[in-house]
Amino acid sequence: MKETPALALQRLSHVYVNDKGASLAVEGIDLSVAQGEFVSLVGPSGCGKTTLLSLLAGLFPPTMGNVWLGGERVSGPSPKVGYMLQQDFLFPWRSIRDNAAIGLEINGTKNRTTMAAVDGWLAELGLDDAGHRYPHELSGGMRQRVALARTLVTEPEVLLLDEPFSALDLHIKLQLEDLVVQTLRKLGKTAVLVTHDLAEAAAMSDRVIVLGRNPGHIRKEITVPAEIRDADPMTARKLPGFQPLFEELWAELDAVEPGGDSHE
Amino acid sequence: MSDSHSGKKSNERTDMSAGQLELSGVKEDRAALMNNLYSRHKRKSRSLSWAVGTTQLALLVLFIGLWEAAGRNKWIDPLLFSYPSKLLEQIVRTATDGSLWPHVGATVTETVVGFALGTILGTVIAALLWWFPFLSRVLDPYLVVLNSMPKVALGPIFIVGLGPGFMSIVAITLSVTVIITTINIYNRFREIDSGYIKVVRLFGASRLQLFRLVILPGSFPVIIATLKVNVGLAWVGVIVGEFLVARIGLGYQIIYGFQVFNFTLVLSSLVVIGIVATIMYQLVAALEKRLTEGWRER
Repeated sequence: MKETPALALQRLSHVYVNDKGASLAVEGIDLSVAQGEFVSLVGPSGCGKTTLLSLLAGLFPPTMGNVWLGGERVSGPSPKVGYMLQQDFLFPWRSIRDNAAIGLEINGTKNRTTMAAVDGWLAELGLDDAGHRYPHELSGGMRQRVALARTLVTEPEVLLLDEPFSALDLHIKLQLEDLVVQTLRKLGKTAVLVTHDLAEAAAMSDRVIVLGRNPGHIRKEITVPAEIRDADPMTARKLPGFQPLFEELWAELDAVEPGGDSHE
Repeated sequence: MSDSHSGKKSNERTDMSAGQLELSGVKEDRAALMNNLYSRHKRKSRSLSWAVGTTQLALLVLFIGLWEAAGRNKWIDPLLFSYPSKLLEQIVRTATDGSLWPHVGATVTETVVGFALGTILGTVIAALLWWFPFLSRVLDPYLVVLNSMPKVALGPIFIVGLGPGFMSIVAITLSVTVIITTINIYNRFREIDSGYIKVVRLFGASRLQLFRLVILPGSFPVIIATLKVNVGLAWVGVIVGEFLVARIGLGYQIIYGFQVFNFTLVLSSLVVIGIVATIMYQLVAALEKRLTEGWRER
């Protein structure tokens, strides 16, 4: 890997401080993600997955260490980074079109050309006739697709996915996984996915990072075999190599959390 | 009755399963049954609302009739309690000779200015508290004290400061409305789901953008609802203010009628207040409906 990684974490540690005291969320994280790579972070709750994602997004500065985005140090939210949340959080008072365009409005790049791009994205994601409707009229899967459109219209280079499929029904979730992977692959975007779902991580990613907790650290990196990597998530689940991969991940996670919450 | 009902239900169920098998002719039967059930539901709800309306009207007629009879037959002292036909005559007379309207006009103006200004001022203060969290921490206990205090007690101070008249009546009204408006709206500002805030922050929104795109529109229904509450509160402020200082207005008419022992005037003013306040409330409710159209919580 000679080229500059799309994303790099360097000796990253973060401490949360509040009235109750200070707690170490993650410690000594080193990680680099190549251009166009899809990396998943899995781990037990409290292992700092979401903290890492927030640090990558520049929502707050790390206590120690650095976050690099394509060779530049991250010091705040950047238009180069798109973020998808667990829920869609579409604004109920805005039409679908205006919801998808909110990033443009904030960047001050909302004009006729970019609005045409918004419509293009909505059509691309199968929402062509939804533009003038309101979020409450749409199903959960459609709303999450609007959230994806909202993330993509500002043309980020890196996508951070914070369990974006966890609130959806299984078959919608599988459809959306395919849609996201195909879209990102087509655009050659880099992505980091946080998930609880080991099968999802295995099916979507090029590489899976297993995190341990107390404090959050990298336990193991598992590179997904090429045949699974190249298939769409839905197809990948049916490949012969998928089950062993899943079991490997399962064993890793089981080792972190033997019999549940004994660490708490 | 219950037997035939359950019979219908099981009928419906067999029809449904038959429909899924797409047997010819069964679809029409099912449609007829569903239409039948729907029209029965409509009939039922229509007859219920008719019953409610009739009862409401009957209660009103009964109350007015009893009052009229009691007053005319001297079961109650007509000097104190008057009676409906006398009130109506008083209202019609003053409305036609025009002497009623300046009073209505003055009171309505004070009320509208009071509740509109109260809502705007309350929203502005809430916005300042949101913008400067330090300020909100500092002012918190003072807001609590002011909120629990009966603000109309400040009336004499306003009269001394602003002179007896329009200004001090509006000031009394504001004192009643502003604090509770501020507290309600500020609480709403803080209750906005952090997920929405995260969405715009991730796009690099400034604090002003956050307020304009998320906090304010997200609180819009609460602001409109506060407007509705303030209509009621403003009437309290205005009437008390008029009791204290006015030379004109419906509150003044009540106090004047009381002083000259003209209870027909007192009660007819109350009726006019009731009518005007209801109209104003309905107008604001209609405004609320129009403004929040399309805006729906999930």
